[in-house]
Amino acid sequence: MNWIAIAVTFKLALLTAAVLLIVGLPIAYWLTFSKWRWKFIVESVVALPLVLPPTVLGFYILVAIGPHSPVGRFYSDVVGHPLPFTFEGLLLASILYSLPFAVQPFAAAFEQVDRRLIEASWTLGVSKLKTFFRLIVPLSTAGLITGAVLSFAHTLGEFGVVLMVGGNIEGETRTVSIDIYDEVQALNYAGAAKTALLLLAVSYGVLLLVYAMNRKVWAVWPQR
Amino acid sequence: MIRVIIALCMLLITGVSLTAGEEITIAAASDLNFAFKEIVTEYEKASGNHVKLTLGSSGNFYAQIQNGAPFDLYFSADIAYPRKLEEAGLTVPGSLFQYAVGRIVLWTGNGAHLDFSKGLEILREPTIRKIAIANPQHTPYGRAAVAAMEHAQVYDRVKDKLVLGENISQAAQFVESGAADVGIIALSLALAPPMQAAGHYWEIPADAYPPIEQGAVILMGGKNQENAKAFLSFVQGAEGQIVMKRYGFVIPADRVKP
Repeated sequence: MNWIAIAVTFKLALLTAAVLLIVGLPIAYWLTFSKWRWKFIVESVVALPLVLPPTVLGFYILVAIGPHSPVGRFYSDVVGHPLPFTFEGLLLASILYSLPFAVQPFAAAFEQVDRRLIEASWTLGVSKLKTFFRLIVPLSTAGLITGAVLSFAHTLGEFGVVLMVGGNIEGETRTVSIDIYDEVQALNYAGAAKTALLLLAVSYGVLLLVYAMNRKVWAVWPQR
Repeated sequence: MIRVIIALCMLLITGVSLTAGEEITIAAASDLNFAFKEIVTEYEKASGNHVKLTLGSSGNFYAQIQNGAPFDLYFSADIAYPRKLEEAGLTVPGSLFQYAVGRIVLWTGNGAHLDFSKGLEILREPTIRKIAIANPQHTPYGRAAVAAMEHAQVYDRVKDKLVLGENISQAAQFVESGAADVGIIALSLALAPPMQAAGHYWEIPADAYPPIEQGAVILMGGKNQENAKAFLSFVQGAEGQIVMKRYGFVIPADRVKP
């Protein structure tokens, strides 16, 4: 089993989930509570990675962060090396690719919070920020965990995007799914099968966690 | 929970460097799949340096290197790609060299019971439903396969049977797995132990397709030019050459000698 690829994959998935937990919260909050008429435009953009072919997303990211784009040139001037085919570039791509997997469960959870509680909090003079962290977030924990776990699991299995922007470099951008692809091409089916089984087990475990957590009858996460 | 995640992230970021010391990153055409894994193992033993080997299609690597992929060395199956990189000023001047000439074979699994005595004509047989080749758009071996079929005047009749691998290793895997009935693959892959055990091959005469001249080059974007040079000389040296010849590569120096 290729432990380096496994380590890279878990690192990528954990960081992606962590960043999305931070970045996804304000986006989900805005999507839930904004009364803007054209909100659906933003909603569609957030959901785009769900339907967009990963190669298309990967291609756009590659062009956007490559040395021929202003963004890519700015990055390589500041950091000293170009962004594509590095772990950071892959992380950026994964964050964009998994965005809906975090934001949609977050927004759905915020939606479930009783509006009367939120409005009561506001009328009692508690600031919107404080209401968010002391009322909305605690009441949406299951949704937040679902979003984080789903974006983690989604990143574990991504292939097309990694192939386009990763470049398959050991210890840097060679993830487990790419490693399986390589093993099959090297006719090492036993090696591919072992790694594939690991991914299957982790994916199933993650889904078990998500479904168990969202089970209303048997609340694993007691609602406060 | 957030605190736990942040702590985990810190742990991961600080623990990033899994391999310390000298290392080089190599992009190699996938016809080198088995040969280079042996050479890399020997080189790592001899030098104590670590080699990160990435295998894929030569054309894809060419595009990636243009987009800033951080490889130290590029072993292409078609010397035209590194030559273009040299013209673009992306390579270490004077480092380009031809390391081998590749050959193609017709390959089939033991179960298919095909007789290769008629050469490429056999591809027209109705029992052959799928023919695996590498994608001719970005792989030299795919282009050679198409050229050989055109030379044998079977291409137009069989082109609907073609299945394209993303690189030559994938084409070989397609036919090794039995998903395709025959494949036109690299001799170096046909000579790899798992392929030898699973089937047999017929070498396509070298005059049926333009020679697959394979070129390597040290890249400017790499971080470790000294070690890249050391690996290049290892491939050109006695130990490297033994492995390359065992995998059926024609070494250019041999052709110069009588």
